[in-house]
Amino acid sequence: MAAPIPPVVAEIAATSPAPAAARPGWRRLRHNQALLAGGAILLLIVLVAVLAPWLSPHDPYFQDLAHRTAPPVWYDKGTWLHPLGTDQLGRDYMSRLFYGARISLLIGLSVALISGLIGTTLGMAAGYFGGAVDLAVSFLITTRLSVPVILVALATVAIVGGSLWVVILVLGLLKWDRFAVVMRSATQQVRALEYVSAAQAAGASTWRIVRGEVLPNVVPHLIVIATLEAASAILLEAALSFLGLGVQPPLPSWGLMISEAKAYMFFSFWLIAIPGSALALLIFAINLAGDGLHQWLTPEDKA
Amino acid sequence: MLAFMIRRLGLAILVALTVSVLAFMLLHLSGDPAVALAGEGARQADIDMIRKAYGLDRPILVQYADWLWNILNGHFGTSVYFKTDAGPLIFSKLKTTLLLGVAALGVALLISIPLGVLAALYKDSIADRLCLAVAVLGQALPNFFFALLLIMLFSITWRILPVSGSGTWQHFVMPAIALGYYVAPAFMRLIRAGMVEVLAADYIRTARAKGLPAGTVIFKHALRNAIVPVVALAAVQLGYLLGGSVVIETIFALDGLGYLAYQSITFKDYPVMQLIVLLLSVLYVLLTLAADVANAWLDPRIRVS
Repeated sequence: MAAPIPPVVAEIAATSPAPAAARPGWRRLRHNQALLAGGAILLLIVLVAVLAPWLSPHDPYFQDLAHRTAPPVWYDKGTWLHPLGTDQLGRDYMSRLFYGARISLLIGLSVALISGLIGTTLGMAAGYFGGAVDLAVSFLITTRLSVPVILVALATVAIVGGSLWVVILVLGLLKWDRFAVVMRSATQQVRALEYVSAAQAAGASTWRIVRGEVLPNVVPHLIVIATLEAASAILLEAALSFLGLGVQPPLPSWGLMISEAKAYMFFSFWLIAIPGSALALLIFAINLAGDGLHQWLTPEDKA
Repeated sequence: MLAFMIRRLGLAILVALTVSVLAFMLLHLSGDPAVALAGEGARQADIDMIRKAYGLDRPILVQYADWLWNILNGHFGTSVYFKTDAGPLIFSKLKTTLLLGVAALGVALLISIPLGVLAALYKDSIADRLCLAVAVLGQALPNFFFALLLIMLFSITWRILPVSGSGTWQHFVMPAIALGYYVAPAFMRLIRAGMVEVLAADYIRTARAKGLPAGTVIFKHALRNAIVPVVALAAVQLGYLLGGSVVIETIFALDGLGYLAYQSITFKDYPVMQLIVLLLSVLYVLLTLAADVANAWLDPRIRVS
């Protein structure tokens, strides 16, 4: 039976790739420039984030009030003491940038995990059981899609209070829609395949079929959606923090760094250019890797 | 068609009702809304007074029913911060935001249609890859950062556009670009995919074989068909743009619904905040409803499924 999901949403789901029949080939990986380039940049950022305590030249929270808004080294007055300069409170900008990578990556990973868990569970249940379950889940998806995410996230943070975990939780609870939409249609496609009927005929339990037959076949979509959602969560956190209703000072969130430096951007442009570029580079790397993964994992619908 | 429309309308009403519960519950997230309304450091006597004045001592279901009933009857409550009727306040700002949303959509289409057509015409060429690269790069640039870059360029360096405010059309240029460029890649991909499909169709080959000029074939025959799904996406994206206007309007101090939403959130003006969430959700529901009905009208297969 057809679910009352609006055709517009159904259209998004329909553009999702068909389940991958072939295993991803290691040979083809070499020719996948998008995945290689995106993965390399991403790996670099992850390394910087993990090794931040050892790579940072200074304590990211130490305020050297005698050296406020010192320019980066490539400016005339820049010195190697602060390679990327200092912010309006004299904190070393490179150290803050390195530690900020931890926040962005943590947000991306945790939000993708929480929303992925919710969305996959709902989507797979709807796709596998169909009928009333599908109806209920489709209704939930439609409702969720009509809620303005930024607005509700801002309001929730304002009411509950801003902290890293509140932001992660709010975004995780709001951003499961794409997972659910794609998992639902992917599961529907796999469910119609013969080996699922065979497993049912052989008397396998529902849980066993879902785990053993359906899940492995929808994992490629799951990974691709997870990269997209991680990138979008990082951007949302940055926007929330930029508006002052996300991660709170003195944490070095990149969005917050741009927000704090906004008043100084006319005279010290690099104060917003550096965290802004870092943010753009991270999102670019994730999206590129996601595009590459999409091609690599689901080769048959390379449009 | 009639059955489809009734079903679809029923769903829209149900969704709007559920969203209204969510918007109402926002205020109760903090536990005690009276404490939240009174602000930090309020005395117990003041909190009790507020609880009584706002009717927060009643059962929650009664409060919700009362709130919804009032809204349905055009009583939108009073803004805690502006001390005026919340209804006229919100609807006076809606025009600015709708204008911004439509302008942003125009910017997005202005970028995406030429690029999408170009990428499809020269599929797998350098131009195609360049378009894709632009799309991926554009999607990576946070819109609030892009907005600041625009201000640096147009207002500080060249001094041709005002930094903030909302008096003239010039005030809308940068916000529309900052909001619109971000959704352009989605349109571009859709137009490219549609054009690639249409260009391979038989009737395009026929049109070309007849010796029609390339421009006529591309724009009159191909693009017309490839653009159908874009209409549906545009409706949905307009909803997204209305929500996204919070960030952009706040940066440019553009006096619309998004800026009002930001103000209501920071000033803890909960009645206004709830109304804006509800209004934007209902607008989105209406837009998707319109898109679906338009789609069903264009494509009979949707009606019967």
